[in-house]
Amino acid sequence: MGHTLAEKILLAHTDADEVRPGDVVMVRCDVVMANDVSGPVAFRALERMGVRKVFDPGRVVMVADHFAPAKDARSAELQQRLKRWSEEQGVTFYDQGRGGIEHTLLCEEGWIVPGSVVAGGDSHTCTYGALGAFGTGLGSTDIAACLALGEFWQAVPSTIGVEFRGEKQPFVTGKDLILAVIGRIGVGGATNAVLEFVGEGARALSIDERLAVANMAVEAGAETGLFPPDEMVSDYLRDRDSRVPRTVPDDLASDEDAAFAQTLEIDLETLPPLVALPHLPGNVVPIAEAIGTKIDQVYIGNCSNGTMTDLRQTAQILKGRAIHPDCRAIVVPATQRIYREAMREGLLDVFVEAGASVSTPTCGACFGGHMGVLAAGERAVTTTNRNFRGRMGSPEAEVYLANAYVAAAAAVAGEIVHPGEVAP
Amino acid sequence: MIVEGTALVIPGDDVDTDVMYPGAYLNVDDPEEMKHYLFDGYDPSLRDHLGPDAVVVTGWNFGLGSSREHVVQALRAWGVPALVGRSFARIFRRNCVNLGLAIFEAPEAAEAASPGSRMRIDTDAGEILVDGKSFATPPVAALVAELQAVGGLVPWVEERTR
Repeated sequence: MGHTLAEKILLAHTDADEVRPGDVVMVRCDVVMANDVSGPVAFRALERMGVRKVFDPGRVVMVADHFAPAKDARSAELQQRLKRWSEEQGVTFYDQGRGGIEHTLLCEEGWIVPGSVVAGGDSHTCTYGALGAFGTGLGSTDIAACLALGEFWQAVPSTIGVEFRGEKQPFVTGKDLILAVIGRIGVGGATNAVLEFVGEGARALSIDERLAVANMAVEAGAETGLFPPDEMVSDYLRDRDSRVPRTVPDDLASDEDAAFAQTLEIDLETLPPLVALPHLPGNVVPIAEAIGTKIDQVYIGNCSNGTMTDLRQTAQILKGRAIHPDCRAIVVPATQRIYREAMREGLLDVFVEAGASVSTPTCGACFGGHMGVLAAGERAVTTTNRNFRGRMGSPEAEVYLANAYVAAAAAVAGEIVHPGEVAP
Repeated sequence: MIVEGTALVIPGDDVDTDVMYPGAYLNVDDPEEMKHYLFDGYDPSLRDHLGPDAVVVTGWNFGLGSSREHVVQALRAWGVPALVGRSFARIFRRNCVNLGLAIFEAPEAAEAASPGSRMRIDTDAGEILVDGKSFATPPVAALVAELQAVGGLVPWVEERTR
């Protein structure tokens, strides 16, 4: 019997001769990443392990993004510790103003190559599946072990095949594709599994949209969400210097006789823009069922949807229009590079002129940290990935997840509307 | 290993990491301080029942969401000896194994437990007793069993790098 894409990647990173779902093996990582929240907790564990040096400084990346720019003295201290530790260990450190939100950043900086294994101290490390890498989120003690040994233990996941059929409709983006999947299988539907995205609808997605899809694989419980690497990924990587060697063939894909735990099909011809209602990313409805919901704040950004593609979609809606007087809008370009590109294209001017706040790259309000936290009774439409109770501040606030068109249109209307009604 | 205690039932399914440990407190890195924020977004009164006698009993897909280890660090700081659940989200379960907190995915045992039930877990006998009623512990892969036997990833790595 053949192997799935995930099994092939794991086989290339373990001493085991064979891997089948459920086997627990040690997996070598090509890159280990942590941030200002998970890093310092990992350093404590590393100390308790008695380990003084990381396994390979060339494969370790630290990013200050969660509470950056520092929310308070305590957050500043965490970032200071991250920086000092990185200097001591000789590993790459992206400070505020020099990087951005970790997952978008690591892709654009060339840390992620197809067929690699990336261990990240953040659950959205699954984003790297967009480039065909087995990126997976781990806790801080796991990260400490990765820093020490360059390995983590892993139960080999089964694979759920997701086929996107046909062509997506206007105002439908990668966000809607993954919301459709989570709505179908539920927030625990891919536990102990990876999602593998195939079909013409998957291949047609830009890298930015693939990032949005893979990013939310964990919202279905998946270990990662893989797109088989293709020409588009090769083109994307051609523009940047890879930081780690590519060790597997470019055309890596599941064997035809590989065993899938489940397959599902999503018909893009009939898929409308979707909205995930509070308080679970799996509470997904067609936008028609959310129309008229009054909105206090719109947040466009985060590791799933803070790319140039999202900012262009936002500008398409906001250009020449104003944010509704009862609504606030925050736009967060995911990285410094995207920030500059948006500036050069004139997008930031469109946002500011419409009455939106444009923020420096940060994870900030997405997780209720700072820079746009919600009050009790407030409702937000966001392009982020989680709408758990209290996620963005008060437990009495509500978060609706949607794509950038829908979020921007809600900012203009002050309520959820079909974006086609705002910008025909 | 034998664990004895009283069931502290966390009601509901899909209880996420954000309600258990809200993001605003993620700039804390000392477990002794983390413990005071545990369950803050869900039901802070649960903290009154946490301690070495509390066997935490959960519903389906407990711990979904973030990789924040703060939840498990805080449970450990309270001295919680074990969790018995219908099912757990992947990273949450890993974090428990890595920090040496005993975790059992045993849907029938979890279902049988009600608040205050007497819990007795005997891993050598492969048995979870809920108010005297016996349920089997779930099978565990060799490597995970090894991690659990030594008390988690810290001693395990320490041993390998010595």
